[in-house]
Amino acid sequence: MKIGLPVKLSLRAAALLYLAVLVLFPLGAILYRTFENGFLEFWGLITTPAAQSALQLSLLIVAIVVPLNVVFGVITALALVRGRFRGKGIVEAIVDLPFAVSPIVIGVALILLWGANGWFGGLESLGFTVIFALPGMVIATIFVTLPFVVREVEPVLYEIGEEQEEAASTLGASSLQTFFRITLPAIRWGLTYGIVLTVARSLGEFGAVIMVSTNLPGISQTLTLLVSSRYEDFNQQGAYAASTLLMAIAVIVLLLMTALDKKRTNQ
Amino acid sequence: MATEPKNRHPAPTTGRKFRGPGSVGPLGLGVAVLWLSVIVLLPLAALTVTSFDAGLGGFWDAVTSPRALATFKVTLEVSAAAAVINLVFGTLIAWVLVRDEFPGKRFVNAIIDLPFALPTIVASLVLLSLYGPGSPIGLVFNATKPAVVVALLFVTLPFVVRAVQPVLIELDREVEEAAASLGANNWTIFRSIVLPVLLPAILSGAGLAFARAIGEFGSVVLIGGNIPGETQIASQYIRELIEYDQATEAAAISVVLLALAFVVLFVLRIVGNRLARREEQIR
Repeated sequence: MKIGLPVKLSLRAAALLYLAVLVLFPLGAILYRTFENGFLEFWGLITTPAAQSALQLSLLIVAIVVPLNVVFGVITALALVRGRFRGKGIVEAIVDLPFAVSPIVIGVALILLWGANGWFGGLESLGFTVIFALPGMVIATIFVTLPFVVREVEPVLYEIGEEQEEAASTLGASSLQTFFRITLPAIRWGLTYGIVLTVARSLGEFGAVIMVSTNLPGISQTLTLLVSSRYEDFNQQGAYAASTLLMAIAVIVLLLMTALDKKRTNQ
Repeated sequence: MATEPKNRHPAPTTGRKFRGPGSVGPLGLGVAVLWLSVIVLLPLAALTVTSFDAGLGGFWDAVTSPRALATFKVTLEVSAAAAVINLVFGTLIAWVLVRDEFPGKRFVNAIIDLPFALPTIVASLVLLSLYGPGSPIGLVFNATKPAVVVALLFVTLPFVVRAVQPVLIELDREVEEAAASLGANNWTIFRSIVLPVLLPAILSGAGLAFARAIGEFGSVVLIGGNIPGETQIASQYIRELIEYDQATEAAAISVVLLALAFVVLFVLRIVGNRLARREEQIR
């Protein structure tokens, strides 16, 4: 299709204008308003005690969620790819389920399962509080990030096939040896990609976490909760600063993903 | 986050069940199923069962109360608006990214992924900084319906673009050239050659955007204003019910939202399969 120059230019202009109004100008505005009063004010706002504790809590959640997702995600992927059993389609669908569920609905579901009046409410009378405590925030984060590792590792497992694993086993390697010497090195980039996605989503999750957190500054606030509570407390500048910090993390994640993607495809 | 459907190769059939050295055995499968059950299935089961705690009538009353109906109406309106606008502009952006050349194209291409990478609450703040109180350009429209739509447009921007782009790249241009040499004008070529090929991707992108929009919370919560019947969307209403200790009602609304998302995704899969089959028949 040969498009005349005027049409071509107006299509280009319309597309770019839409992106500018929706994404680029707002990004410019938040950067401008964050650094309006200089970098020092920004630095001060992201290093207040509440902000530091929010960053620590966010990182703590990541530190708990990632290993759990790696271990259980790889086991799930192996079971799905290497195992042959009935109902595989159902298990595949369950893995994808978290993507289809609204974060708020996830929060409600967790409250009804783990909360004081929920199915597992008995735990709370034993002194193990899940909802409105750290375990609840961890479980909520695991729910939303569960598909990433499985979905990134699965295709790689299909790709590498079983021959090498079988060879290793024929030569006398145990299952664990086969896994750590053959399978794990082969899936490492897919796994890394899954971990990056998990970390990004863990740091960025808001809806599911706010439902199960007491949202107290310095105690149970993650970075995303800090952003919203600062804005609601009319501390706009503080909210913009915390947002810019999260944005910087997101951009780093994007760059990392692009680099990893090259590595994955080169392999 | 972006999740492109991966090609699922059929598993090699060797007739054995768990004997492969790379397999995790029945124990591994048990662990995986237990993990998925505790994390995903049990909470959703508790949600569904609790939603009927007040009986079928209670469920019906909760989801048809005036407040609930008003919230559903707003949610569907703003989600449909966002899906349609992004359907048009997403296709346009994909077109420009594939068929046009201009300086800075790679940067524009990279920008598209940003809404998926940004936390939703940050998306809210990003938009508020320009269109909210104290706007540097004096344009303030937060706590209005258009503001909710803009927030949804932001978070669902990548769906249509990223669905259409690969199809457009693969599209065979020779057919278009043949049509042009036979005297077809651009509009005819677009309507009868390009659009039919792109349509499944466009619709699936818009459907995913719609499914995402009806459950959205973080990007809307600060910019939307949470005005009942005006800008309050379903997820905000659910949160309010939980805060007022009306867990059963909250569960009922949640189940409707969940069912809505499933229906959309299910229809998408069926339509996708049908279109793929028709495509094969034509060939």
